[in-house]
Amino acid sequence: MSHEKQQISIWYFIGLLVLVYGVLIVGAGVGELISPPDNPRVLQELHVGIWWGALLVIIGGMYVYFFRPGRAA
Amino acid sequence: MTAFSLLLQIDAARLIRLNWVDMVIIVIYFGAVLAIGFYLKGQAETGEGFFLAGREMTAWIAGLSFLSANLGSLELMGWAAAAYQYGILAAHWYWIGAIPAMLFLGIVMMPFYYISKTHSVPGYLKLRFGEPSRALSAVTFAFMTVLMSGINMYSMALVMKVVLGWDINFSIWVSSITVAIYVALGGLRSAIFNEVLQFVLIWLGALLIPILGLIEVGGWDKLQARIAENLGTGDYTRLWSTLGSFTDNPMGIHWTGIVLGLGWVISFGYWTTDFLVVQRVLTAKDLRAAKMAPIIGAAFKMMVPFIVILPGLLGLALLPVKLSGEAAAVAGGGHSYNEVLPLMLARYCGPGLLGLGITALIAGFMSGMAGNVSAFSTVWTYDIYRALIRKRASDSHYVSMGRWCTIIGVLVSIGTAYLVMQFLSIMDYVQALFSFFIAPLFGTVLLGMLWRRATPAGGFWGLLLGTVSSIAMWAWVKIDPNALSIIALSSNAKDMAENMYRALWSWIVCVVVTVVVSLVTRPLPEKELVGLVYGCTEIPSEGHLPLTERPIFWAGVVCIAFLVLNVLFW
Repeated sequence: MSHEKQQISIWYFIGLLVLVYGVLIVGAGVGELISPPDNPRVLQELHVGIWWGALLVIIGGMYVYFFRPGRAA
Repeated sequence: MTAFSLLLQIDAARLIRLNWVDMVIIVIYFGAVLAIGFYLKGQAETGEGFFLAGREMTAWIAGLSFLSANLGSLELMGWAAAAYQYGILAAHWYWIGAIPAMLFLGIVMMPFYYISKTHSVPGYLKLRFGEPSRALSAVTFAFMTVLMSGINMYSMALVMKVVLGWDINFSIWVSSITVAIYVALGGLRSAIFNEVLQFVLIWLGALLIPILGLIEVGGWDKLQARIAENLGTGDYTRLWSTLGSFTDNPMGIHWTGIVLGLGWVISFGYWTTDFLVVQRVLTAKDLRAAKMAPIIGAAFKMMVPFIVILPGLLGLALLPVKLSGEAAAVAGGGHSYNEVLPLMLARYCGPGLLGLGITALIAGFMSGMAGNVSAFSTVWTYDIYRALIRKRASDSHYVSMGRWCTIIGVLVSIGTAYLVMQFLSIMDYVQALFSFFIAPLFGTVLLGMLWRRATPAGGFWGLLLGTVSSIAMWAWVKIDPNALSIIALSSNAKDMAENMYRALWSWIVCVVVTVVVSLVTRPLPEKELVGLVYGCTEIPSEGHLPLTERPIFWAGVVCIAFLVLNVLFW
C-alpha cells in the first residue's frame, strides 16, 4: 500500500516488527533447549518457541523484502 | 518508583510470570506504535487527512482496521470466557451476530455512506433528516464512546493486575497516553495503521493456543468427547440443535432471541451504524474498496472463533481446575472464567511466546481504545463543535480541535475508568447502552437509506422515542423485576437476553414512529435525496468488472462459507 510517493508501507513496519519478534522468540526457544526449565510446560517437547519463532522470521523477512522502501510496486 | 520497577513488581497471586525477553517484546511494541504515530504526523495536517485518513485506504487496510477496532482484548478474553461458560453458542456472536450485518453494510448501505461523502454516521443523518437528528445521535454517541472507552480501560487494567500483577494505575496511564500520542499525532491514519499492526499481532500471539490445544487433545472429535465426558452433556459443542427451548442449552436462550435479537437488531445496529467501526470503512479510496472492506472484515471475523471460542472449549476439556464466576473465584481463591485465555497461554507458551501473547492482549486493548478515541474526536469536532458551537472556522482550526479532542477524550476515559473503580455497579449497565442508542439508530438509518418517504420529522421522532422507550423499558425492569417477563418474554431471562429483546422492541418503536410520523408530514423533494436514498441514487455499475473483482461475488463466497460453518457445527 503506497499512499504517497515516499511513504513507507505499513506492511514493511509490520514485517520488521514480526522479524524482530521472530529472532527474539527463536533465541528464547534455543535458550530453553539448552537449559530446559525445571517445571516443563505441556507439550514442552515440541519446542514451540523455535518453530513458531522461525515462522515469524520467515513471514517477517518476506514482508520486509517485498515491501521495503524504494522497491517498485 | 520507576515505571520499569513498577512493571516488574512481584505479585504472588499473578497468573503469568514474564522474563526479560517478554518485557523486551512488549517494550518494542510500544516503541513501534509510537514510531508509526510520529512517522505519520505530517500526513494529518488537513481535516480530510486527520479525520478520514485522506480517504485513500485500500480495501484490505480498511477491512482489517474495521475488524480490528472491534477486536479488543476484552472481546478476546470475554468471549473465550463465554465459550468456557456456554460452549460453542458463544460463536453465534461471531457468525450470525456479525457476518450477515457486515455483508449488508458492504453491499447495501456502504454506497450511501460513501457517495454522500459524509464524515460520520451523525453526518449522514444531518444530510438525510436534518440537524436535530444529527445532534441527538452525535451527543448520544459521544457519551457512549467515552463511557465505553473508560470501562474497557479499567477492565483491561484489572486483567493485567490479575494476570501479570501489574499496578492498575500503571496499566491505565501508560497504555492511554500511548494511544493519545499516536492518535493525536497521526489522526485516523495512525489509528488505522496501528490497528492493522495490532490485528497481525493478535493473530500471531493467539493462534498457537488452538493449534497446540488440538494437538494435545487429539483433534476436534476427541475434544467434543472430552467435553461431553467432563460435563456429562454434548450440548456445549452444538450451535443450533439445542436452541429449540430456553432450557435445553447452557445459555438459557431460544433461537428467536439469537436470530431476531442478536442476528438482526444488535448485530445490524452495531456493524452498520456504530460509527466506531463504520468510520474505518469511510476511509476507503473508492466505492469498490468501501464495499469490499466489510466483506474482507467478515471473512476474517468468521475465523476469529478459532482463536477465541476454541481456546475456551479447550479449557473446558483440558484444564485441570474448574473455573467459576468472578465473585466465586474471589471468594474461593480460584480462577474465574475470564482467565481461561491467559491460563491456556501459560499452559503452552514459554519465554518470548508469552510476551507475544501478552502483547496481543495489549494490542487488542489499544486498538479498541484508539477506535473509540478517533471516532469520538471526529463526531465531537464535526457533529457537535462545528455544527453547534463554531460553524465557521478554518480547516486547520478543526484539525487542531481534533487533536485536542483526542487527548481530552483519553483523559475523560481515564476519569471514567477511575469512576468505575469507585462505583463498580456502573459495569452492570454498560451492555444496556447498546440497546439504548444503537438499536433505534439502526432503525432510523435503515429507513433513511431505503425508504424515500421517510421525512426529517419522522427520522428525528423515531430516533428520539426509540431511545426513550429503550431507557424506559430498562428502568421499568429495574423498578419492577416482574416486568422482565413482559420485556424479555420470560421471567428467567438473563441480562444478555433482556438486552436483546429490549433492543428489538426499541427498534420496532423507532420504525413504527418513523413510519407514522413520516406519513403525516411532508416528504423531502426527490432532488434532495440524491446520493442518500435507494431509488434516488445512481450507484456505479460493476458490470464491466471481471467476476472476481466484484464485491457481490466475494460477499456470496463469504455467505456460503458462513452457511457451511453453521451446518457443520449445527
